[in-house]
Amino acid sequence: MQQRTTLGLVMAVGLAGGAVWAGPDEDQLVVNGEIEMVTETAAPAHMENISTIYSGWRFRSDETQAVQTDDFDNPGMLGVENAMVAWETAEGSAAASCAGCHGAPEQMAGLRAVYPKWNEEKGMVTTLEMEVNNCRETRMGAEKWSYTGGQMTDMIALISSVSRGMPVNVAIDGPAKSTWEQGKELYYTRTGQLEMSCAICHEQSYGQMIRADHLSQGHINGFPTYRLKNTKLNSVHARFKGCVRDTRAETFSPGSPEFIALELYVASRGNGLSVEGPSVRN
Amino acid sequence: MELTRRKILALGSGTVALASVAGLPAFASLADDAIAELTGGADMGDGAVKLIAPEIAENGNTVPIGVEAPGAVEISLFADGNPVPNVATFRFGPLSASRSASTRIRLAQTQNVIAVAKMEDGSFQMAKAEVKVTIGGCGG
Amino acid sequence: MADGVRPRVKVPKTAAAGETITIKTLISHKMESGQRKDKDGNVIPRSIINRFTADFNGQNVIDVAMEPAISTNPFFEFEAVVPEAGAFTFTWYDDDGSVYEETKEIAIS
Repeated sequence: MQQRTTLGLVMAVGLAGGAVWAGPDEDQLVVNGEIEMVTETAAPAHMENISTIYSGWRFRSDETQAVQTDDFDNPGMLGVENAMVAWETAEGSAAASCAGCHGAPEQMAGLRAVYPKWNEEKGMVTTLEMEVNNCRETRMGAEKWSYTGGQMTDMIALISSVSRGMPVNVAIDGPAKSTWEQGKELYYTRTGQLEMSCAICHEQSYGQMIRADHLSQGHINGFPTYRLKNTKLNSVHARFKGCVRDTRAETFSPGSPEFIALELYVASRGNGLSVEGPSVRN
Repeated sequence: MELTRRKILALGSGTVALASVAGLPAFASLADDAIAELTGGADMGDGAVKLIAPEIAENGNTVPIGVEAPGAVEISLFADGNPVPNVATFRFGPLSASRSASTRIRLAQTQNVIAVAKMEDGSFQMAKAEVKVTIGGCGG
Repeated sequence: MADGVRPRVKVPKTAAAGETITIKTLISHKMESGQRKDKDGNVIPRSIINRFTADFNGQNVIDVAMEPAISTNPFFEFEAVVPEAGAFTFTWYDDDGSVYEETKEIAIS
């Protein structure tokens, strides 16, 4: 029977043993001795099943947490440094650099906290990556960067870094509403051979161990994130793709309407947490 | 009780999955050889070397390790379950302050990290710590 | 010369004469261990930074011999005594012969 086969698969994935709920720890995150991060706050009103939201930082081991506390410990900052060079580099048929129009990267403060966002001109919700590529193509006359490639992820890390400590605050109403609802539906839809949805792990099972990983609530306030596992910065859509594939489902592509919607919804679940990117995670 | 997937996940994922070889790691003798090469087979004292390593590594790819041995001229690190046991040797110069260093290393599986310090008088001191290397959730 | 290898070093701007300071160094480098295989099953050859040194006004602080077990984007934290004003020089030596350098000055307060 269908039900039993799937259960069998899930049992094969898990291991015998008692359930261990090791909730988020009590540590406080201050970066560089000055950026105080909010890693715990009341869940936004639109969330029905969770009353307190926690940053993924709170679920990591002490050693991993420590790596994020200083910009000279955090290898994600190497990516930010790369992007700072790119920021000043003139490119494309217009021989324009980011700096030429935008000034210093600090001018981008506040952006990361409100994206994805409705773009009136384009008539759709856009992500930071889309905005970067839009600038490159139309204003610099340069080639687009690969959506989840190193150059793009480094640049998103730079744009994110100047918003650190600011509360995530993406709009879920107005013109963005239908995209948000599409994202919400995707979040709760079971897919794949393992028939799992985002909610099964990140809403119903956060705090529990999945093998030896301490499951977080799956917020993206820390993205792009430097993962110890692949020793590089990871973007949101790259992580979505990995997660979906891990449930043995056919995944959507980075930059697809589905992932844009999902990113808006997942970001909104973290409204109130501080922007941490580039963060350090497992 | 109704067996929902949620309950299976709750029941099934409690234990920590360890990536380890039952019994003595196959590479342990390589580590012994490497250490003997360093010490010339001399005895190693203990108590003078402090080795800071996590009990459980969140990820074997990037494990923070610290060593400290006041009075040491150099400290060598070994990992007895890695295909190549040598990890690093820290040689302290005249402007070194505390004869200590921290770094991040790769551990292929649960194993011992061993720090061997060569002291100013030519003697050797060692410290050892077991680090459990785990398999993560989805996708490892 | 390996592409995009970038050092990132933390040294305080000032110190009292004789003070002990903490130095942190990071460098972006893949540290290809020589243990991995490509999708055709061929071993990807080792290509790592094999040595790191920190010197101050010509005197050595630390000299690290590095093996493939050092993680990608090698990180080192260590302490140095600062006898006088001057410059720290950090040097990384790559298997492929490249040498990467970074200098940080420090003043006496």
